[in-house]
Amino acid sequence: MESAWTALALSLKVAGCATLLNLLLGVGVGFLLARGRFVGRDLLDTVLTLPMVMPPTVLGFYLLVLVGRRGSLGAWLHDSFGINLIFTWQGAVIAASLVAFPLVFKPARAAFEAVDGQLEQAARVLGVSEAAIFFRVTLPLAWRGILAGVLLAFARALGEFGATLMVAGSIPGKTQTLSIAVYEAVQAGQDDVANTLVLITSVVCMVVLLAAGRLAPGRIANQ
Amino acid sequence: MQLDIDIRKTLHSGKRTFQLQVRFQSVSQRIVIFGPSGSGKSLTLKAIAGLMRPDHGHIRLDGETLFDAGAGIDLAPQARKVGYLFQDYALFPHLSVRQNIGFGLKRGWFNPRAAEKSEAVDYWLEALHLSHLAHQMPGELSGGQRQRTALARALVAEPRALLLDEPFAALDPLLRQRMREELDELQRRLQVPMVLITHDPEDVAVFGEQVLALHDGMIAPAEACQPPGVLPARAC
Repeated sequence: MESAWTALALSLKVAGCATLLNLLLGVGVGFLLARGRFVGRDLLDTVLTLPMVMPPTVLGFYLLVLVGRRGSLGAWLHDSFGINLIFTWQGAVIAASLVAFPLVFKPARAAFEAVDGQLEQAARVLGVSEAAIFFRVTLPLAWRGILAGVLLAFARALGEFGATLMVAGSIPGKTQTLSIAVYEAVQAGQDDVANTLVLITSVVCMVVLLAAGRLAPGRIANQ
Repeated sequence: MQLDIDIRKTLHSGKRTFQLQVRFQSVSQRIVIFGPSGSGKSLTLKAIAGLMRPDHGHIRLDGETLFDAGAGIDLAPQARKVGYLFQDYALFPHLSVRQNIGFGLKRGWFNPRAAEKSEAVDYWLEALHLSHLAHQMPGELSGGQRQRTALARALVAEPRALLLDEPFAALDPLLRQRMREELDELQRRLQVPMVLITHDPEDVAVFGEQVLALHDGMIAPAEACQPPGVLPARAC
């Protein structure tokens, strides 16, 4: 039973960190794709959407190739900073972030595109700087749409299995998240443990979905 | 107000191209640019505010060059110190009337707080009969109240000119007449120079100290449209 709470805590930590990372990157990329005019914009959108349709194991494999000890990025991280991501909870964060990323940047892009450009022009004429316009007009108006995506991404990260297992493995108390613990419990024939874990996971996901539903665009009291 | 404009801009939309070629000089306090929709009125107004960059030419206001393609001068909209009243007012929907009016007075990355006190904002709330609506959101206002909020927001920064984009088009006819009178009275009191664009001859009759007729991106000689108060005939 205690291992169940450990797994839940670890899952929340991994999903929380992954969501924070995705919030920053997703808002940035969503804004870039919504407002930027550059060659390869559609291609970038497509590539970043890939994690939504690719098997998580394939993504995990890509990550291993990239950040593994012999991977180009992994070797550099290890040699320069002594950082190793494989079989660590930080590695699980990277895996969960990658898988959930499209769920953040897609709604963020749509939310930014829905903001009336005339409001930004009005702010410009009123003498407010470009950076301030982003924080005072654009972001507050896009916020609800972004938040709905972020909550979905949190739920997705919480349930992440395949890519996390490939990158971080299943070390109890260290990288064994809820969804992996369920798999291990069933494999070991511990049905009571599995029952508890499944119940906890279901409740947490329900809560997140309810919250996301309340924030979904369309309920905004805009105008 | 001394306004000296000579701009050219070519716009492409699919296979169609639109040529804007506007040149006029004025020392009038009330300029009305009159023309049908699609004649380039809004573009001209946006160019003055810095929201549209012309290809060639210059824009000078009270001796200061806002834009000069030849000299590579293009002041940011933030630096032009003009007030702009958008056709549908462009009030910030997430901010109250008070916050909307105080928006431009507040520097930095945060909006004015809902309870933030400001003498200038209070003055304009009072002057435009908005005090009792200070905490309302724009979505809860009537058309006339929205327009007064937008006017207060533009005027609180003490702009050197007020640019008005079809200010009465979004209002119903009765209200339109009343708001015209209000703006007329306000402008006389403040002596703030204004450039108003419209397709409504009534606006021309009330505000047209100097009338410029715009058609297909070209402007008729200003002198042809004098004296004031006379509806611009086809000769313009």
